[in-house]
Amino acid sequence: MWPGIRSFRQRRYQMTSNRSWTPYLLILPSVAFLALLFVAPLVQTIWLALSENGAPSLANMRTMVNDLNFVPSLRNTFLLALAVVPVQVAIALAMGTLVAKIGAGRETILWIWTIPLGISDLAAGMVWLAILQNTGYLNSLLFGLGLIERQTAWLTYQTPVALFVGIAVAEIWRGTAIVMVIIVAGLNQVPREYREAAEIFGAGPWTRFWRITLPLIRPALQSALILRTVLAFEVFAVVYALGGRNFPVLVGEAYTWQNQNQNYGVAGAYAVLIMVISLAATVVYLKAIKVDPERLP
Amino acid sequence: MADIIIDRVQKTFAAFHALKDVSLTIGDGEFVSLLGPSGCGKTTLLRIIAGLETATAGDVRIGGKTVIGLAPKDRGLAMVFQNYAVFPHMTVYENVAFGLRMQKADDARVKAQVERTAGLLHIEEYLDRYPNRLSGGQRQRVAVARALAVEPKVLLMDEPLSNLDALLRLEMRTELKTVLQSAGTTTIYVTHDQTEAMGLSDRIAVMHYGVIEQVGTPVEVYNHPRTRFVGGFIGSPPMNFIRLPVIAGEVEAGGQKLAVPAGATGEILLGLRGEAVERVSTADGLPMHVRVAEPMGSHLLLTGSIRDQLVRIVLPASETVRGGDTIGLKLDRDRLTWLSPDSGKAYPATP
Amino acid sequence: MSAASATPANFPSSRRWLVWSGIAALCAWVLVPIYLVALGALGGRQGVYQWPKTGLPTGISIEPFLLFLRSEGVTQSFLNSLGAAGITVVLSIALGAPAGYALARYSFVGKDSYRLLVLLTRAFPLAILALPLTVSFIRLGLYDTVYGVGLIHTVLALPFAALVTQGIFLGVPRELEEAAWIFGCSRVQAFFKVVVPLAMPGIVATAVFAFVISWNEVFAASVLTVRNRTLTAYLLTVLSESPMHFRFAGGLLLILPSVVFIFAVRRYLFAIWGISSK
Repeated sequence: MWPGIRSFRQRRYQMTSNRSWTPYLLILPSVAFLALLFVAPLVQTIWLALSENGAPSLANMRTMVNDLNFVPSLRNTFLLALAVVPVQVAIALAMGTLVAKIGAGRETILWIWTIPLGISDLAAGMVWLAILQNTGYLNSLLFGLGLIERQTAWLTYQTPVALFVGIAVAEIWRGTAIVMVIIVAGLNQVPREYREAAEIFGAGPWTRFWRITLPLIRPALQSALILRTVLAFEVFAVVYALGGRNFPVLVGEAYTWQNQNQNYGVAGAYAVLIMVISLAATVVYLKAIKVDPERLP
Repeated sequence: MADIIIDRVQKTFAAFHALKDVSLTIGDGEFVSLLGPSGCGKTTLLRIIAGLETATAGDVRIGGKTVIGLAPKDRGLAMVFQNYAVFPHMTVYENVAFGLRMQKADDARVKAQVERTAGLLHIEEYLDRYPNRLSGGQRQRVAVARALAVEPKVLLMDEPLSNLDALLRLEMRTELKTVLQSAGTTTIYVTHDQTEAMGLSDRIAVMHYGVIEQVGTPVEVYNHPRTRFVGGFIGSPPMNFIRLPVIAGEVEAGGQKLAVPAGATGEILLGLRGEAVERVSTADGLPMHVRVAEPMGSHLLLTGSIRDQLVRIVLPASETVRGGDTIGLKLDRDRLTWLSPDSGKAYPATP
Repeated sequence: MSAASATPANFPSSRRWLVWSGIAALCAWVLVPIYLVALGALGGRQGVYQWPKTGLPTGISIEPFLLFLRSEGVTQSFLNSLGAAGITVVLSIALGAPAGYALARYSFVGKDSYRLLVLLTRAFPLAILALPLTVSFIRLGLYDTVYGVGLIHTVLALPFAALVTQGIFLGVPRELEEAAWIFGCSRVQAFFKVVVPLAMPGIVATAVFAFVISWNEVFAASVLTVRNRTLTAYLLTVLSESPMHFRFAGGLLLILPSVVFIFAVRRYLFAIWGISSK
């Protein structure tokens, strides 16, 4: 027999005889589960959105786009993500930098900063409602300082900017913890020798941050940004708790179409839109923040 | 009887041949080292014997029976791991007792065995401690005690001393030899440290790129390396290799006429141990230009060149040589190795 | 960390003051709102309409909070939330940990595809998938049940559990397992005698995270339930018609368990996120 072919067949035989079924048995349950409850509903959603009475159709998409709330909800969701995510990353970086400078009490402070990690967006909405409602603490403070003369409403249809700021603040308050944890975990993996070496060679704190630390925590930054942005496009309960339907957002619209209008098709159209935006954001981050394993410690 | 026969074992990882047709026979009670640089396949071979890795082809027989396809636990062997692999969630006592417990030995036997091996390795005081509170050397003792407690037919050791500091390594080496000599267990010892292999083994198998280059007693592999690699890997300083022209079956080395093995023509490679020389006057010997002289206390180490080829020579500590000097050397005829410069293989020793 | 504690000593005191005031401000930023909602929850109806507020803990008592707990639907939805979170914990560990073990210990064809599938879930707003599931859940009798909510929450927690347990199992040296095999254990025995005890704290921490993920989820729970609401779904639906102090009490009730749990696993927070963000 031709030697090349024989060795090829031999290798194939060896590979199959070496292959163990154990890992496949181990991942099988989770694959089956995700297929049933992730992949299948994903396909279903897309079908729901792009069909009508069992035939492909853009009717749901048209209904969605022509809805009065569509443009505001799209705009609001984007504006919220744009306002919230950068601030969260900035605060998280500040937290990571500050906590690196202290010794005693580090653990306690990190714990305090991670508390919002356990808080749902609904609860965060309630928390900020206590502060921002008419007889709330913000008004009390402003009144005490003499800045306002009577109770001021912040969360109404007439005060869209204040409502937007309130929702953004609540989201920042709640969502920074997860960014902070990812970034501090990333910072912990950067040996301090790198920064010390840069310092020896004359780099100031600012240069050290931009030239040494930030490039080395790229993977953490990337995954924090992806996670946070996807979550930002899912924003819903915080908005609902603070502004009710005064401030339409995409997921809120999906919820309304599903539960109140009982129109699963349009709800599905919103879902598909949210997924497309989330995926696009992920792709943008993957392209924009290149993580080259060869340039990492 | 627990002799081990490794019969044409091969191992490939994807396109990489970790082991190419390796055969080795190890007698009952023998201590054999697998010695070689990292990546030479020595650990892979050990793990195939242990059953932690599957050979791509070939057979391994322990005590006359093939163990291919047997789980590690059914091979009747014990192993000491490079990073000790002492269970952190068990006390030292339970660690040493682990193998016996798995054999469902009764408590009296467990206790007797643990106490005996703990005594051998001087860890009696730590028996109720957890390994996290032990030093590296102490953990290594626990790992050895755990292996000896089951009185294995075969003991495998994978670079057991490589994580210890130099002083501790020397101490543990001596102690291992004492303990294992009395146990009489068939032992395979993997190491990249030639002094360990030389000091401990009955025989050494020198491995390189998935092939056993030479098997022999420490003295054999030291004095009669069969390949250039073996000579260069064993010994400190390593063997020197000097290219010399062959004229009429002889080479000329500073007045000395040295007969070379039959069949060598053109050029030959002289394998010269650093200490197989004697200092003579420059006129009478092979001239060496000394670049650096390092007095090591027990001897004097010279680095320089002979015929423009780098050499390292060892002289008695009483000699005085400085960098820049030229000295004469007389070669010890009986301790020379002749190799083919093309294949790097040694010519059979001249009768 | 000796290096970290050595730094403050040779730190100019003005910069040190700056660092600590920054830290204090950020701590206050996190803690003060929680304190204020607690005041709201314990202040009752009078507390809400007090004007102007002082921010001091005056006129508070546990009564208004207890009243809230006794009001209709709260206890039941609290229990439903516990149930759904319990199912999420059990399923995500039971399905995720074996996958994590496979990822940590085996190299197999399809490993990368599997990791991709798991990572892909992260780019999707998963709770949205509850929308099409409504129909199939109605057919399967899972609609408006704690089980259905637990299932969809497991989709959220499972990828996380698989990735994190992979890291945890990687943290148990392979050599320990091999040593167990050599000294007489079968693979299964070695797993339970050596791997499980050493991985347990990390697995518990993963379980706690799965719990928190489910406990806090609002959207899917609201879409998939009508009468058997979880706490979040219940609070969302009664939001517009409940008085302010009830909303604050609800917020506090949501916050308390997860804060306790986060405290319990604080030691693993950074290790886990270090792993799962790779």
